[in-house]
Amino acid sequence: MYVAVKGGEKAIDNAHALLAEERRGAEEVPELSLAQITQQLALAVERVMTEGSVHDRELAALALKQAQGDAVEAIFLLRAYRTTLPRFGASQPIDTGAMTIRRRISSAFKDLPGGQVLGPTYDYTHRLLDFALAAEGAARPEVKAAETGLEPSPRVTDVLRHQGLIEESGPGADIPGDLTRQPLNFPAGRDLRLQNLARADEGFVLALAYSSQRGYGNTHPFAGEIRMGEVAVELVPEELGFAIDIGTITVTECQMINQFKGSKTVPPQFTRGYGLTFGQCERKAMAMALVDRSLRAEELGETVTAPAQDQEFVLYHSDNVEASGFVQHLKLPHYVDFQSELEMIRRLRRENAEAVP
Amino acid sequence: MSTGYNFAYLDEQTKRMLRRALLKAVAIPGYQVPFGSREMPLPYGWGTGGIQVTAAVIGADDILKVIDQGADDTTNAVSIRRFFARTAGVATTEKTREATVIQTRHRIPETPLSEGQIMVYQVPIPEPLRWLEPRETETRKMHALADYGAMHVKLYEDIARYGHIATTYDYPVLVNDRYLMRPSPIPKFDNPKMDNSPALQLFGAGREKRIYAVPPYTSVKSLDFEDHPFEIQRWDQACALCGATESFLDEVVTDDAGGRMYVCSDSDYCGERRDEVEQ
Amino acid sequence: MSQAPLLRVSNLTHMYGNRVGCRDVSFELWPGEVIGIVGESGSGKSTLLSCLSTRQQPSAGLVEYDTADQGLTDVYALSEPRRRMLMRTDWGIVHQNPRDGLRMGVSAGANVGERLMAVGARHYGRIREQAGQWLDKVEIDPTRMDDQPATFSGGMLQRLQIARNLVTHPRLVFMDEPTGGLDVSVQARLLDLLRRLVTDLGLSAIVVTHDLAVARLLAHRLMVMRQGEVVEHGLTDQVLDDPHHPYTQLLVSSVLQP
Repeated sequence: MYVAVKGGEKAIDNAHALLAEERRGAEEVPELSLAQITQQLALAVERVMTEGSVHDRELAALALKQAQGDAVEAIFLLRAYRTTLPRFGASQPIDTGAMTIRRRISSAFKDLPGGQVLGPTYDYTHRLLDFALAAEGAARPEVKAAETGLEPSPRVTDVLRHQGLIEESGPGADIPGDLTRQPLNFPAGRDLRLQNLARADEGFVLALAYSSQRGYGNTHPFAGEIRMGEVAVELVPEELGFAIDIGTITVTECQMINQFKGSKTVPPQFTRGYGLTFGQCERKAMAMALVDRSLRAEELGETVTAPAQDQEFVLYHSDNVEASGFVQHLKLPHYVDFQSELEMIRRLRRENAEAVP
Repeated sequence: MSTGYNFAYLDEQTKRMLRRALLKAVAIPGYQVPFGSREMPLPYGWGTGGIQVTAAVIGADDILKVIDQGADDTTNAVSIRRFFARTAGVATTEKTREATVIQTRHRIPETPLSEGQIMVYQVPIPEPLRWLEPRETETRKMHALADYGAMHVKLYEDIARYGHIATTYDYPVLVNDRYLMRPSPIPKFDNPKMDNSPALQLFGAGREKRIYAVPPYTSVKSLDFEDHPFEIQRWDQACALCGATESFLDEVVTDDAGGRMYVCSDSDYCGERRDEVEQ
Repeated sequence: MSQAPLLRVSNLTHMYGNRVGCRDVSFELWPGEVIGIVGESGSGKSTLLSCLSTRQQPSAGLVEYDTADQGLTDVYALSEPRRRMLMRTDWGIVHQNPRDGLRMGVSAGANVGERLMAVGARHYGRIREQAGQWLDKVEIDPTRMDDQPATFSGGMLQRLQIARNLVTHPRLVFMDEPTGGLDVSVQARLLDLLRRLVTDLGLSAIVVTHDLAVARLLAHRLMVMRQGEVVEHGLTDQVLDDPHHPYTQLLVSSVLQP
């Protein structure tokens, strides 16, 4: 006699065991340490921290190890962990003007106070596979000390602001919103849009930014400034009433400067697009700044025509944990719905056949 | 039971937020209440909304049943049941009658529900007007104005084309004569069970961050036309295992020569009927 | 004739920044009356029509409509549900491009039936019957009821749009260049149909057109607009046969007399 499929419990246990085996790989190859991941796969760690919304290199490395290097799965792990963390409060706004700069470039001004600092970048490498790296223990080129980071480096947007050529960045929300605690409502304020974009999938934001450059809602951008380095994080504990330094984090900030022809009430001036990430996620920071500016179309009285300008489209589809889950839920059984459709198709075919004389 | 996490995983503040949303949902039957959906350790689309709702209402003395496609032993049902056994240490059951909380994906049990029971539905897309209007700002306005004519246009088209309404699951309903609601992707076969049910029915959509509810003994009407009334699926066959003729049947392919048989999708109901026969 | 006008417009002005859309327009529309608004493109006719039909909030002025329960009421002071109700029962809007006024993804019958369903009709057979009658009235073969509008010609689409608007027996129809984009023989047939429907149903209408022949055939009264202002206003024959304002004279002399 037929017996319905059983054994879900056992199958799940076995799947987990198989996964653990695959993750470890061949026994004779040494196991990865978290230190190796944080040190040698730093950019992967930084992407996971940025999109996972937790600044913790160790945890991000663990997530990457557990996810076999799958960034989206690692981000998911970190996010699920984040949910359970207690909240002590919000930090003071970080002052990127006071950053200890390791990289700083502007494509708007050739020279500027503080100078241009190339820093560690792939920009001018030739993308030739370096077979020397395949052999472990290759010699490292010596870094020549440069005279940087001594002179103060004001933000390029501040230079323009003093001359009134760029819009004021506007008062921020007193208490910035948090879309991990409150559902998103439309139209969404810029604080929430930026939070969404910071957590958004790099590939999605990159493609949207690219589309805005190719004519789907052009924003005429200049990379006003990109800076990367260390900033202090300060918190005002309620019981103290003054700010204390709770640590230093690395961030990448991108300020795009965009043409704006002015409107009824506003004279022609430059407008801003803003991007910020943990670590050195420069591609993401730049893409984010472009999309941030595109999403400001409505507030600046521009016609919303392109996907990158459409708040609902961008903000509802940017999160890779949401997207990945929903796309992959199609793996779950849909027997009942399919059965209903099957019954309907058969019925329609039958009626169809009967209708034909 | 694993330690290091709060009872039923979520912290108490989060549960309070969820309960406030649930209370509002019960007060306005069928209305979608936005809530601060949390990121859960299960993927979106796999029941994060249902899990949060269950976590918010479950207590230590509750008895939990979890089904997917009507069955208790499908992998996702097993995974969710384990999650609560692990994080809340609650008793679990496969018996519909014994359960105080039933979390479900895609089915309502065949065994009639009773007072005091809570049904928790996992909802992928809560908005019934979504395929007619992709914009949330517009659909919220349509709900506010009870502007549901376009929904009937879709049903009209079905009849004009096929001679009858061709929607077979996630069939839209009007709750308490006011709000249009998606019953989640249950087959339309189950729609009549929602109407005037003695159980409390809660719906959670985690990714879309919406909660809605149908309080006990509330009218739930499936949309239709006066001259094309709503009707449910019927099978020519009976269940091959228990002989039931009034239950939703799954088609099981038994060989590659077109052989197939029909069995109850509700595994508990089917087993109970077979036990009765044996006695 | 009833004592109150159907629509009363007082000092209606709409500005686009510093540019004038329309300025200081006042008139009354009486039940059963058709007013034509003529002028060249950019004269403000379409802006005026948008402001009248609540699709564009004017910068200043008043638009009052004779509602069933409250008499003349400021349409912009109505709540959104009431305004939507008005739009789908008492009013109709015929767009120049029928695609703007139709649901191109559903059948012709559903297009006509939608307004009935929106106001609560729930009997499939009766909705269909009425849709069929209306298709017939606008000279569309009722056997094409289940066809997609995409398979219709331009003239048929425009007639379908008209049927979709008239099915709830509106009292007032706004038409924006209803014959624009159609070739001459199709235009003539449509005009004939419109004239017959307006007379048979006792409709009131406001018709925007740049075509004086359309205005002469449909409108009882004419308003001539130029640079956002009404420069001449009077009975159609009077305005067209004995224009007073130099602009109207120019407009009339630039087209062939019938």
